[in-house]
Amino acid sequence: MELAQQLEDNIQIGAQADDNSQQLLTFILAGEEYGVDILRVQEIKGWDSVTPIPNTPKHILGVINLRGTIVPIIDLRLRFNLETIPYGPTTVVIMLKVESEDRSRTMGIVVDGVSDVYNLAQDAMKPPPDFGSVISVDFVKGLATVGEQMVIVLEIDHMLNSGELAMVEKAQTR
Amino acid sequence: MAIDMEQFKATYIEESLEGLDNMESNLLNLAPGSKDEDAINTIFRAAHSIKGGGATFGFADISQFTHVVETLLDQIRNGQREITQQAIDLFLQSVDCLREMLAAAQNNSQADEMRIADLKSQLDALLASDGASSPLNEAVAVAAVESTADPQAKTSEWKIHFKPFPNMLATGNDVVRMFRELEELGEFQATVNFADLPALSDMGVEDSYLGWEASLKGECTLEQIKDIFVWVEDECELEITATTVNGIKEAQAAVTDENSGKCADQHHETPIATTTSSAPIAKPSVQPDNKIKDKTERRSGAESSSIRVDIEKIDSLINMVGELVITQSMLSQFGEDFALENLEKLRDGLGQLERNTRELQESVMRIRMIPISFAFNRFPRMIHDLCNKFGKKVQLKLSGESTELDKTVMEKIGDPLVHLVRNAMDHGIETPEVRVAAGKPHTGTLHLNAFHQGGNIVIEISDDGAGINAEKILKKAIERGLVEEGAELPQAKIYDLLFQPGFSTADKITDVSGRGVGMDVVRKNIQALGGTVDVQSTLGKGSTFTVRLPLTLAILDGQLVRVGDHTYIIPLVSIVESLQVHKKNVNAIAGKAELYKLRDEYLPIIRLYEAFNISPDSTSLENGLLVVVEGEGQKAGLLVDDLLAQQQVVIKSLETNFRRVDGLSGATILGDGTVALILDVAGVIRVSQGRFNSHHDSINADGVAA
Repeated sequence: MELAQQLEDNIQIGAQADDNSQQLLTFILAGEEYGVDILRVQEIKGWDSVTPIPNTPKHILGVINLRGTIVPIIDLRLRFNLETIPYGPTTVVIMLKVESEDRSRTMGIVVDGVSDVYNLAQDAMKPPPDFGSVISVDFVKGLATVGEQMVIVLEIDHMLNSGELAMVEKAQTR
Repeated sequence: MAIDMEQFKATYIEESLEGLDNMESNLLNLAPGSKDEDAINTIFRAAHSIKGGGATFGFADISQFTHVVETLLDQIRNGQREITQQAIDLFLQSVDCLREMLAAAQNNSQADEMRIADLKSQLDALLASDGASSPLNEAVAVAAVESTADPQAKTSEWKIHFKPFPNMLATGNDVVRMFRELEELGEFQATVNFADLPALSDMGVEDSYLGWEASLKGECTLEQIKDIFVWVEDECELEITATTVNGIKEAQAAVTDENSGKCADQHHETPIATTTSSAPIAKPSVQPDNKIKDKTERRSGAESSSIRVDIEKIDSLINMVGELVITQSMLSQFGEDFALENLEKLRDGLGQLERNTRELQESVMRIRMIPISFAFNRFPRMIHDLCNKFGKKVQLKLSGESTELDKTVMEKIGDPLVHLVRNAMDHGIETPEVRVAAGKPHTGTLHLNAFHQGGNIVIEISDDGAGINAEKILKKAIERGLVEEGAELPQAKIYDLLFQPGFSTADKITDVSGRGVGMDVVRKNIQALGGTVDVQSTLGKGSTFTVRLPLTLAILDGQLVRVGDHTYIIPLVSIVESLQVHKKNVNAIAGKAELYKLRDEYLPIIRLYEAFNISPDSTSLENGLLVVVEGEGQKAGLLVDDLLAQQQVVIKSLETNFRRVDGLSGATILGDGTVALILDVAGVIRVSQGRFNSHHDSINADGVAA
C-alpha cells in the first residue's frame, strides 16, 4: 500500500517536472535497482504462465497473449546470467515498447518486483564506466543517483534487439 | 438541397477506372484488322460513359479527351476505319492517360498536361489521316468538308432544335435542368412545339410529347452546348445550328439518334480543331517531380479505403446472420424456463450456435479475400508493351487466377510481382533470333501460376528463357567484393546474391531493369509480408521465381496435438494420416535415422520432442502416435504423444513482436486464452534434417546465449 502511495506521489511530482527531466520506472533485480524510461512502459502485469517457443535461448521464456497479440517474454535474470529464483507474489512482467530499425515491438521482461518512479534531471545521469570485457556496457545507458541509491538505467532498445531477439535473421541456409 | 457531389465524383472515378480496365483488356484482345464487334462496342461504351460522366461532374479535360477517343472508336465501330496496330497502341496510351487524369481528379491535383496534349494531337492526327479504307470513307470526307465547323470556336448565337423521345423523362433526365444550364451560357429563349401532343385520352402520363425551338445568344462553343445534352443524345432529336458566326463559316451539327457520333465527330477533322484543343499546353506545369510523388502517395492512401465485394458473399453473410438470430432466440427460450429434460436440446442448440459462429467467421474473413486475378490483370498489358519495346515475342500464360488472398497482401504484392515479371522479360526471355538459334520456339512463354499450399499462397513466375548463369553471378560478386575470391558457394547461395542491394548481372542497363535496385527491394517487400522468395533456374532452359506468402488474417483448420505439456497445431491440410506405430515397421539407419515403413514408402520419423527440445510423456515410439505430414513435397512422420481436438484457429503472427522461428508458422490463441504454436511442417522437416546432418551446428545454435 505504501509503495502505491509513494508511486502516486512521485507521479504527481512527475506531472510538474520540467522538460529537461526524464521519468524512470525502476525495478529490482537481484538486489539492484534498474531503471527504464517510463514512456516506454506499456503496462505492468503479474506473472502468468507462458507458451515456450522451441529452440530459442533460455532467457526467452515464451510468448503470451496480450489482448490478441502474441508478445514474447524475457526473463531478465536469465538474460543477465543471474541465478534464478522461483517466481513469487512480487514477480511482475513489465511490458515495454522496443524500437528497432523500422518498427516498434512490444516485449515483456520478468523482474523481481517494481520499485519506484523517479524524476531524473538530464544531467544527473552519468555515463557507465568501462568494465572492459567483464560486462557489456552496451545495455547500460547510464548510472543515476537517487538519494543514496544507485540506479542503473538500461538501454532497452539495444538490450532487447541483440542476439536471438534481433529482427534481422541470420542468413538462412537451405 | 445539399447533395454531396464528392460522393458521386468518387463513384464516377471508381466506375471509370473499371471501365478503363475493361477497355484495356478488350483492346489487348483486339488484333489489327479484326472485326470483333462485341469488343469494339464494349470499348466504345466504356469511353462513352467516361466522357458523359466527365462532362456532368465537371471534369472537362477528361470529357474532351475521351471525346476524341470516342470519335475514333465510332469510326471503327461503323466500319469506316480499319483497326490498325497504331490505333490500338494509341488507345492503350489513352487508357493510361485517362487513368492518370482520373487519379489527378481524385487527388485534386494536375495531370501531366504535356502528355495529354501530345496524345491528343496524335489522336487528332490519326483522325485527320486517311486511315479509313472502307467505301464509307468518301461520304465521310464529303460530310467533313460540308461541316468544317470548329466545336471550340465561339459563336454568339445558336439555334437549337430539341425534341425528346417519349421515354426520355423516364430515364431521369429533366428538361428544366438542361434549360437552366443553357441559361447560364447566355440569353436563352425557347418556344414549345405542341405539334405532337396527342388527345388527352391517348396521353401517357410519363411520356414526353413536347419539342422546343430555342435560341441562345451568348459567347459559347458548340461543345459547351453539346455537353449539356450529353446524357440525352440517344434519346432525342437534337439539332444545333449557329446562326451568327464569328470568324469561320457556318457551323451545323445535326445530332440525331442514328448518326449521333458520326456527324459530330467530323468536326474534329479540321486542323483548326487540333490547334485549339491542344491549347492547354500553354499552362505551365509547376515542379512536376514533387507533383508526381505527391500523387503516388495519396493514391496509395486511397487504395485501401474501400473494397468491392461480390454480392454472393454478402448474401451468404446475411443468411448466416439470419440463422444466428434464429439459434439465439431458440437458446434464449431454453433459458426462460429450463428443465433438466431439455438438456439434450440445449446441447444441440449450442452445437448449432458454434456452427453458425464458425460459418459467420469464415464468411467475414472471405470478404477480405479477393482473387489474385486483380494482381494478374495488369500483366497482359505490361507484356504487350514490353514485347514491343524489346522486340521479343512472349506468350503469357496465367493459371490459378481465382486463388484468393487477403486484400492487404494483394496490394503489397503487386509491385514485387511487376518487378519479377519485368526481370523475366528483360533478362530471362531472349530475342526471337537467339531463341531460334538455341533451338527453342520462336515465342517465349511466361507462366504466372498461383495456388494455395498449406497456410501459404504460392505465386510462381516462370519463363523458358536463358536461365541464370551462376558462374557469371559469382564472378560479378567477387568483382564487387561481396564474395571472397576462390570461395565455393552452393548454387542456392549464388542465386541468393541476386537479392543483394546493388547487384545486377545485366550487361547493359535498360530503363526496365538492370540497375541492381529492385531485387533487394522485392525480397524486402516480400519478407515484410512474412513471405519468402526462391529461385530455381536451369541454364538455357529458364528460371522460376517462387514467392510464398502467408495468408495473414486467414483461418486455418488445425489438428491440435500434445507433446508433454505442450499443445501444438498442425495445419490439417498438411496431414496425410495419423497412425499407431508398429515396431516391426520401424527401421533405423546407422542406429540414428529412424524410418517408418508405411505401405510401400519409407518415411523419416521426426520425434517432435527431440526437434523442439521438450520433455514428452514417453520416448517410446509405441506409446505415441505418428502423424504423417507432407510439406514442400517431402513426407515425414511426426511423433506426438496425443491427438487432441480439431478446430479452426486464427493465425497470429509471431513476427509482429518477435521474429520468425524455424519450424513454426505462427501462433494462435485457444479458447482458454493461452497461446498455442502452429507448426510449419516443411520447416520442422528442415529443422530436423539440419539437426541430423550437422549435429554440432545445432548444439552451437543452442549454446548461443545472451
